Amino acid sequence: MGVVKLELKGISKAFGTFYANQDIDLVVESGQIHCLLGENGAGKSTLMNVLYGLYEPTAGQILVDDQPVNFRGPGDAMAAGIGMVHQHFMLVPVFTVAENVALGAEPTTFGGVLSMDETRKKIREISDHYGFDVDPDALVEDLPVGVQQRVEIIKALVREAKVLILDEPTAVLTPQETDELLDIMRQLKAGGTSIVFISHKLREVKAVSDVITVIRRGKVVGDAPPTASATELASMMVGRPVSLSLNKAPAQRKETTFVVENLTVRAANGTNVVDGISFDIAQGEILAVAGVQGNGQTELTEAILGIQDHVTGSVTLDGKQLLGLPVKEVLRSGVGFVPEDRTVDGLVGPFSVAENLVLDLYDQAPFASGISMKPAKVTEHAKAKIEEFDIRTPSAGAAAGTLSGGNQQKVVMARELSRPLRLFIASQPTRGVDVGSIEFLHKRIVAERDVGTPVMIVSTELDEVIELADRIAVLYKGKLVGIVPAGTPRDTLGLMMAGVGPEGGSDD
Amino acid sequence: MSATTTAPKSGSTALPAFRPSMKVPLSLGILALLALVFFGFLGPDQTAEMKISDAGDAVAVPALMIPGQVGGVVFGIVLLAMAAYSIYLWTQGERSPKWLPIAFAVVFVFALLVWIVAGARQPSISLAGLVAGSVTLAVPLVFGSLSGVLCERVGVVNIAIEGQLLGGAFTAALVATMTGSPYIGLIAAAAAGAAVSMVLAVFSIKYLVNQIIVGVVLNVLVSGLTGFLYGTLMVPNKEQFNTPGRLDILPIPLLSDIPIIGPILFEQSIAGYLMYIAVAVVWFGLFKTRWGLRVRAVGEHPQAADTLGINVNATRFWNVTLGGAIAGIGGAVFTLVTIDSFTKDISGGRGFIALAALIFGRWNPIGAFLASLLFGFAYNLQSILGIIGTPVPSQFMAMLPYLVTIFAVAGLVGKSRGPAASGIPYVKG
Repeated sequence: MGVVKLELKGISKAFGTFYANQDIDLVVESGQIHCLLGENGAGKSTLMNVLYGLYEPTAGQILVDDQPVNFRGPGDAMAAGIGMVHQHFMLVPVFTVAENVALGAEPTTFGGVLSMDETRKKIREISDHYGFDVDPDALVEDLPVGVQQRVEIIKALVREAKVLILDEPTAVLTPQETDELLDIMRQLKAGGTSIVFISHKLREVKAVSDVITVIRRGKVVGDAPPTASATELASMMVGRPVSLSLNKAPAQRKETTFVVENLTVRAANGTNVVDGISFDIAQGEILAVAGVQGNGQTELTEAILGIQDHVTGSVTLDGKQLLGLPVKEVLRSGVGFVPEDRTVDGLVGPFSVAENLVLDLYDQAPFASGISMKPAKVTEHAKAKIEEFDIRTPSAGAAAGTLSGGNQQKVVMARELSRPLRLFIASQPTRGVDVGSIEFLHKRIVAERDVGTPVMIVSTELDEVIELADRIAVLYKGKLVGIVPAGTPRDTLGLMMAGVGPEGGSDD
Repeated sequence: MSATTTAPKSGSTALPAFRPSMKVPLSLGILALLALVFFGFLGPDQTAEMKISDAGDAVAVPALMIPGQVGGVVFGIVLLAMAAYSIYLWTQGERSPKWLPIAFAVVFVFALLVWIVAGARQPSISLAGLVAGSVTLAVPLVFGSLSGVLCERVGVVNIAIEGQLLGGAFTAALVATMTGSPYIGLIAAAAAGAAVSMVLAVFSIKYLVNQIIVGVVLNVLVSGLTGFLYGTLMVPNKEQFNTPGRLDILPIPLLSDIPIIGPILFEQSIAGYLMYIAVAVVWFGLFKTRWGLRVRAVGEHPQAADTLGINVNATRFWNVTLGGAIAGIGGAVFTLVTIDSFTKDISGGRGFIALAALIFGRWNPIGAFLASLLFGFAYNLQSILGIIGTPVPSQFMAMLPYLVTIFAVAGLVGKSRGPAASGIPYVKG
């Protein structure tokens, strides 16, 4: 008992006329860590949702131990021994760990009355076995994300999953937490659990996989051994040779024009989400702000831009105080801003590419005179930018929301870089962007630095931070752990992201 | 890593200790001062008589005699003490305990009562009658708010409580008259409420129509439909269609003779007993059973429930239907208990007050029950004070329940948090 062999044969999944998966064959041998590698939007998650019974495949077959199965829902998949840890955790925040684990398979006494003791006991057993340190009675919303992920794994293990699907499990973790997760995966494998590991991060994939299957645009490109080089794997993912390293010249620091002093943002619950942060950026350098998601990065950038309330401290650009100014004034002072979520804050999806390119300048010459806009000028401008930034769109009139993630991001970037800037802030500049576009966007950011603009990058991807930064500032729980030079070892940065200062000693 | 050097720290000095909101201490303080001044120093000089037992009761308890002005000063001081305690806790960085605002409210309401009664032409009131009447008026509210709890906990906003009450009231009158049995009428009312709810469920869950809009439309539809049938059917043929008779009052021997709580708890119609049972069952079900865990999961994070093999939309559909049935029973109370016939729009906005009670009660069956009692008390106070002749104009008294609702929901609830997925349709993928 125990081991399960999983086979997908010719799986296709169509949404309307768009094929997210096309004719995919995949064999997951028992007791292996099988990695699905592919860019964002390549169809990895769709495939796993098919396997987990959340989507019905348009064509193809799933075989468990060589027996064809037909999953009508996740319940069927779980019964067949398949468990899944979703990228966005499927935990009810206001429930306890035990309630979350029990949900759907609740131990009950007469009349459906819950008896949670059994669940608590199981959680403690699993928690002790793998060294998880999870309290069954803690509220999930109070737990750090790393622990929440363990709760998800416990959920699958309690249901005796023999195949565990991990969908982009490292996206929300610090480097140290990631290493711990990789260890847990190895332990699970040693215990006979097969793992399907979905990722687009080459380092992790190479570290832990037995087999790597690369997926591109919904199709299997091929298998690769974990010994394949990062460049090879990246080329398989993208479909053409890519250079993974950005060859940028050393920074030419000039005058320090952007100064943040003791910036504090108080949240509605009374805590400081940004807590007394001070730093400065010189013209011609890139300061990258690193940190795990949700440690105050969003509030920091928004405070600088003027869209946060309850901000104290000082933010000066070219000697001018920006705090307290309306957003429009801040932008007119020469601040370019790429927000972290382009679909929510960066673009108006139903508007055309051309309109999105002038969202900040629509009321000014040459795009407007008096109360009338000049559509011809807007279109002309759009054509130039589409050319310059290599935006792949059917036309300047196409709705921005219909473009791919990478091209949407290029639209936002093109708009923000079209004005003469005194400061450029980009938050998550390449989140959900294909590798090809990442290269391009990184080059544009460095180009902006090289014309002498102070640049601030906020990124939760440590690779990106290391790639772009001239100096690295690390945030943890709203506080600045420290500012270190580029070239600081990964491990040190990882510890800082967990709140441990660069010289040792804990911040707490 | 050695711990000899310390991590670089930003230059911030120690921040002041975290303080909870001062909304509660502040509002208690202001209310206590107002009470002391208006009920005490400016209070009426008559003595208010609060009768505890009625003339025919087995156990006679002497009436409370409270002099208006002195009473007002005493109550004012007690209230000030409570407010001071709350403010003291606030300065210590602690929240006021939950019981404090409740105890404050009870004393405040009592002080208000003494003030009004002592100022009336006939300064005498039966406390037992006041409380019992409040419960009677609260019964439809309790059923309505339980319906709201069941729907919102599963992620569907039920604005149609009013329509469900009204549908229940009409059907109860009609069926009870035609069959000659109020009990069959009661069952029919549950079915009618469930039917109204099913329309809400189908449109909001299956066809993803905005839940608020469906709810509002349903309210208007039920009002129009019952109004039309009332006019064409019931008015010309009252004997045939609109003389349902009442549900019998079934006093429980001995227990019903206990002063004050006897008549409240043990001298009810079947609908009254059902109310207590429903509150207990819904509470136990929601928080202690598998069904409840799943229901709450669906209302908080439907996708999580789905990935665990729980059928989100079926759970929602049946919960909303059940909620409708419960509200239907509440509607029957209008035509089978309170009075014995249907009139147009007999529910008179109680469905919306039930909605407020559900929010005031923080989406908890017991909280909703207590909030409903408070609103029932406000309704009852309005009618009783009209009878004894207070100096306060009756129009203001008529506003009382709604004022209480607004203040209760807006002011004292604080940041209460409903189910996260309430009002959001669930679409797979």
